[in-house]
Amino acid sequence: MTKVTMVVNGKSVSAETEGRTLLSGYLREGLGLTGTHVGCDTSQCGACVVHVNGKAVKSCTIFAQDVAGAEVRTIEGMANADGSLGVVQQAFQDHHGLQCGFCTPGMVMSSAALLAENPKPTEAEVRHYLEGNICRCTGYHNIVKAVLAASGQDIAAIPAE
Amino acid sequence: MYDFEFVKPSTIAEATKALAGDGAQALSGGQTLLPTMKQRLAAPGTLVSLNGIAEMKGVCKGDGGLHIGAATPHAVVAKEAAAHYPALAALANGIGDPAVRNRGTLGGSVANNDPAACYPSAVLASGATVVTNKRKIAADDYFQGMFTTALEEGEFITEIAFPIPQKAAYVKFNQPASRFALTGVFVAKYADGVRVAVTGASNDGVFRWKEAEAALSKDFSAAALSGLTVDSSDFIHDLHGTPAYRGNLVKVLTARAVAAA
Amino acid sequence: MPKDHGIGASVKRREDIRFLTGQGRYTADIDLHKQTYAYFARSEMAHAKINKIDTKAAAAMPGVIAIMTGEDFVGMGGNPAGWYIPSRDGAAMKEPKRPVLAHGKVRHVGDAYAIVVAETLEQAKDAAAAIEVDFTELPAIVNMAEAVANSANRVHDEIDNNVCFDWGWIEDNRAAVDAAFAKAPHVTTLELVNNRLVPNAMEPRASIGDYDAGTGDYKLYTTSQNPHLTRLLISAFVMGIPENKLTVIAPDVGGGFGSKIYHYGEEAAVLAASKAIRRPVKWVAERSESFLTDAHGRDHVTRIQLALEKDGTFLALRTETMANVGAYLSNFSTATPTFLHGTLMAGPYKTPLVYVNVKAVFTNTAPVDAYRGAGRPEATYSIERIVDLAADELGIDKVEIRRKNLLTPDMFPYTSPVGLVYDVGNYQATLDKLIELGDLAGFEKRAAASKAKGKLRGLGLSTWIEACGIAPSHLVGQLGARVGLYDAATVRVNATGTISVMTGAHSHGQGHETVFAQIVAERLGIAESAVEIVHGDTSKIPFGMGSYGSRSLAVAGSAMVNAVDKIIAKGKKIAAHMLEAAEGDIEFADGKFSVAGTDKAKTFGEVAFSAYVPHNYPLETLEPGLDETSFYDPANFTYPAGAYACEVEVDPATGHVEIASFTCADDFGNVMNPMIVAGQVHGGVGQGIGQAMLENTTYDANGQLLSASYMDYAMPRAEDVPFYTVDHSCNTPCTHNPLGVKGCGEAGAIGSPPAVVNAVVDALQRGGYKHVTHIDMPVSPSRVWSAING
Ligand SMILES: Cc1cc2nc3c(=O)[nH]c(=O)nc-3n(C[C@H](O)[C@H](O)[C@H](O)COP(=O)(O)OP(=O)(O)OC[C@H]3O[C@@H](n4cnc5c(N)ncnc54)[C@H](O)[C@@H]3O)c2cc1C
Ligand code: FES
Ligand code: FES
Repeated sequence: MTKVTMVVNGKSVSAETEGRTLLSGYLREGLGLTGTHVGCDTSQCGACVVHVNGKAVKSCTIFAQDVAGAEVRTIEGMANADGSLGVVQQAFQDHHGLQCGFCTPGMVMSSAALLAENPKPTEAEVRHYLEGNICRCTGYHNIVKAVLAASGQDIAAIPAE
Repeated sequence: MYDFEFVKPSTIAEATKALAGDGAQALSGGQTLLPTMKQRLAAPGTLVSLNGIAEMKGVCKGDGGLHIGAATPHAVVAKEAAAHYPALAALANGIGDPAVRNRGTLGGSVANNDPAACYPSAVLASGATVVTNKRKIAADDYFQGMFTTALEEGEFITEIAFPIPQKAAYVKFNQPASRFALTGVFVAKYADGVRVAVTGASNDGVFRWKEAEAALSKDFSAAALSGLTVDSSDFIHDLHGTPAYRGNLVKVLTARAVAAA
Repeated sequence: MPKDHGIGASVKRREDIRFLTGQGRYTADIDLHKQTYAYFARSEMAHAKINKIDTKAAAAMPGVIAIMTGEDFVGMGGNPAGWYIPSRDGAAMKEPKRPVLAHGKVRHVGDAYAIVVAETLEQAKDAAAAIEVDFTELPAIVNMAEAVANSANRVHDEIDNNVCFDWGWIEDNRAAVDAAFAKAPHVTTLELVNNRLVPNAMEPRASIGDYDAGTGDYKLYTTSQNPHLTRLLISAFVMGIPENKLTVIAPDVGGGFGSKIYHYGEEAAVLAASKAIRRPVKWVAERSESFLTDAHGRDHVTRIQLALEKDGTFLALRTETMANVGAYLSNFSTATPTFLHGTLMAGPYKTPLVYVNVKAVFTNTAPVDAYRGAGRPEATYSIERIVDLAADELGIDKVEIRRKNLLTPDMFPYTSPVGLVYDVGNYQATLDKLIELGDLAGFEKRAAASKAKGKLRGLGLSTWIEACGIAPSHLVGQLGARVGLYDAATVRVNATGTISVMTGAHSHGQGHETVFAQIVAERLGIAESAVEIVHGDTSKIPFGMGSYGSRSLAVAGSAMVNAVDKIIAKGKKIAAHMLEAAEGDIEFADGKFSVAGTDKAKTFGEVAFSAYVPHNYPLETLEPGLDETSFYDPANFTYPAGAYACEVEVDPATGHVEIASFTCADDFGNVMNPMIVAGQVHGGVGQGIGQAMLENTTYDANGQLLSASYMDYAMPRAEDVPFYTVDHSCNTPCTHNPLGVKGCGEAGAIGSPPAVVNAVVDALQRGGYKHVTHIDMPVSPSRVWSAING
């Protein structure tokens, strides 16, 4: 076992790992941060997306020891300091961008990464960026709408509801 | 997944030593290797992460054209190669999804040589040079059939040098599930001729479509391709397409790549 | 101003806060003290005899606590089919035992034959790999036609032709239907496949068994859409644990779509293992296990015929379907291809004569059961495809042929020739709405623009109905159901006037916590924040049949409303006493009990307080407390209906299809929360587009699953779908439930696949590829290209 230290959601934390411990396992089992979900074993679904040093990555496809010392942000670290929902989170609630909530942590983390890179994406850019995040519930309509709304763009033209 | 010892050298020399050991395997972005290990299809005793080696990262212009460190993630190539070799940058930007592009690397992709991967077509079409910790390998000698390369035990890619073409484009037709290339065609026009590399189609992995190269070297236009036929007899047959369908895609995508170049 | 709270308002979901901040609590997130980990050893062969299982070496491996095999469960019962479907010759349905773990034989790839429990998951996995099994491989039975034809190969040794039942609906009508065909001026015939799908809820299944040796109580945390049904199946059929000794908890559940209705062997296995080792046992499926073992959906091979007048009037319809049930009967598997499919074959049309024949066939593949829509998408797809084909053959416009045959509003209640009574509807209204919203008049212009880009544009329609709000017990009892399909709710008014509602519905994405609170709050005239919705725990909830078949609001919601009405009725008695008035003079409105015609009133909170602090209370005639339970059994199914249009652009060079637009005009009856209703339609249409264009489950001739991961099973992604235009303004409220609601959960998945395929065929027809009259789903690029060049 090797102790791995990282800065997760602004706090320095550590947990014991094996070589094979995934970042997703480190967060979920090591730190009890179960907001990061695991939905597949082929690195396709994106339920596990977190930010490592500011970049969206699939935490199920990284060994914890390979990112020792990194700055990690998870869904648990996306709210504002006063506990209120962050901009992307709030837009997801406002526009019904989630149903069962299982894909949601990954969707929010990917969407936040998109807006950091591209503050005013087009609809096509949002859809393209979310290629690695599968949602079975929403048909994506309200997710795309929420991301566009979070970017501050006018969404009045998007079909009803 | 079986357990292993994890090491993370910070120089090529250290990595060479670590990878000389029995049961040692290189780890780059892990975007291919981790899913394989989860299925218990790979069981390295030691995993040698190449992600801490600064000399294997980055994009810069040099004698051989555009030199890209093997440990450079796709997202960095997409950004930093854009000014020098836009077709290559666009290819990198079309691999997988953003999270995959933030981890997966040029070296890992080219070492793996998946028959549906994108990069091998760029390496082959560019006549690039694969630089390893031991030697330099010409692209035409490097790819040896699906998942097979010229790399030997303990050898790993440190960088790839891409001669910069006058014009080039990569057109990829997505496999609907994995979004790898169901078929992808990279066309590159150099002063001394055109090279066309096809991925996703053949049971032999990436290959050069020589007839198209000859035709396009004479006349770099989509029309030049119209009389050509593609021999699809040894093409991949799977859930997503027949050999004949892939043969059609090779033609259609080559024409589109020429038009886009 | 649209309403901002109460019935009809797009209230934002309260449950979102926990999901958006990473505080949802799904089964995999739960860790119990001294927990152990289970891993299942699963067959890699589709069909094999188990000669011997040797666990000795595996049991000696590090960390291993227990290994159980099929042998350990022989004394237990089988997991039953919930519906009994006799054959048309009266022969009994074939019901082979479905054991907890395979015994004697393994019957599909993924069939579990052992559970290994260890201190860590990796240890359990290592040990599972070390179990030695002596198998004799048998030929795999995969193709249904071959299964039926070859009696030497049997999935279950006692079933000689692999047929579960051969059902005719309605058998007595068969001769009349055949006679109508014999003299019909035109007959259209179509053979089609309704492709097998993997439900793919994003949360993989998971179960934790926790046995308390001190009390003898069992607790099961599991990914279920209906914890009570799971408890009933485990108690009454599989394990015999008394219901009072078993609690089933379905905490946050990450989608179900049918696949989490059923009881699975893993649930019983973790309970049994927990009892054996006196520690909690946790199992979480890997996605690859989900592909192999979650109940799949659809998988019909159908020949359908429509008899028409030359002017397009439908005269009769008949179908022959082979429905794959896989290796074992899952709980709803016998109802799905029959009473959820055959009874819908009249669709929204006046077709006077309909006959349906369904053979259910065992194969060496994963069990097949209800998946979003369940039977109704299969019916709708068959009908809507043949309507289009007939229109093409007769040269009739696709809107006109539908309009001509749709039931008209004056015909309700309408008794269909396949045994349902549609209570209400207005199919012309939704069709007209669709024509307007989808700008069907502008299609030719858009087609010309597509053509200029080298693309072929097509327009596909689907006018559909379904029967949901499952279901009236007296009806389903006649149809073979072995359970009642009512639902229950308790409305508990707390002493301080806040409310806890215990509902038998289960929310795994539908937003019940918000919508049910809207309804209760509005009816009681109190703040929504004072209402809490409790679901998913058999120890807290009176009873319930769970959520599927678009039944939550129509059935469980009705129970809840009736319980609220009982609260109000009792409140009136209390208020009458407090206000010294006659009970008949008490009115209840806006959260106040008042004496009619006076300003004397007591608030709801005051009455509640009095019920719990009964100092001034009619104790001689009324019990204290304010807590009411209602069981609601619907009088009929509900019949949502709608009209959908899809426009596609086809690239003829590659066969690539892009959905250019998708428009839905639905009738769901009264709408409680439009935002959530639209979300349900979006999700259903997304899945329908997935079925039509992307998803396919393929086994090879050896029974190996080829589409066993997201690398080969194409899930719809954000880029594959457009923004949808949805409307639910043309509503005809349901006539027989208190809210006038019909259900909206499955509609999108039912109505959309034929619209997509019709659009693709239309595009090719308009593009001059007249030989293309049908393409089986999914209409993938390679299939479209092959059809064009075929
Ligand atoms: C969801 C998803 C979608 C994808 N889509 C695409 C796509 O569209 N197109 C595409 O081309 N690829 C795609 N990929 C693959 C992706 O590009 C991988 O990143 C790449 O194939 C492997 O690179 P890696 O750095 O992750 O290598 P790793 O997974 O770390 O390694 C892969 C193999 O190469 C070996 N190796 C690694 N580095 C070196 C080196 N420097 N020298 C020698 N051997 C080495 C490893 O030992 C291993 O055997 C996708 C992957 C995922 C998960
Ligand atoms: S869990 Fe599916 S991509 Fe990570
Ligand atoms: S909200 Fe359920 S998977 Fe996206």
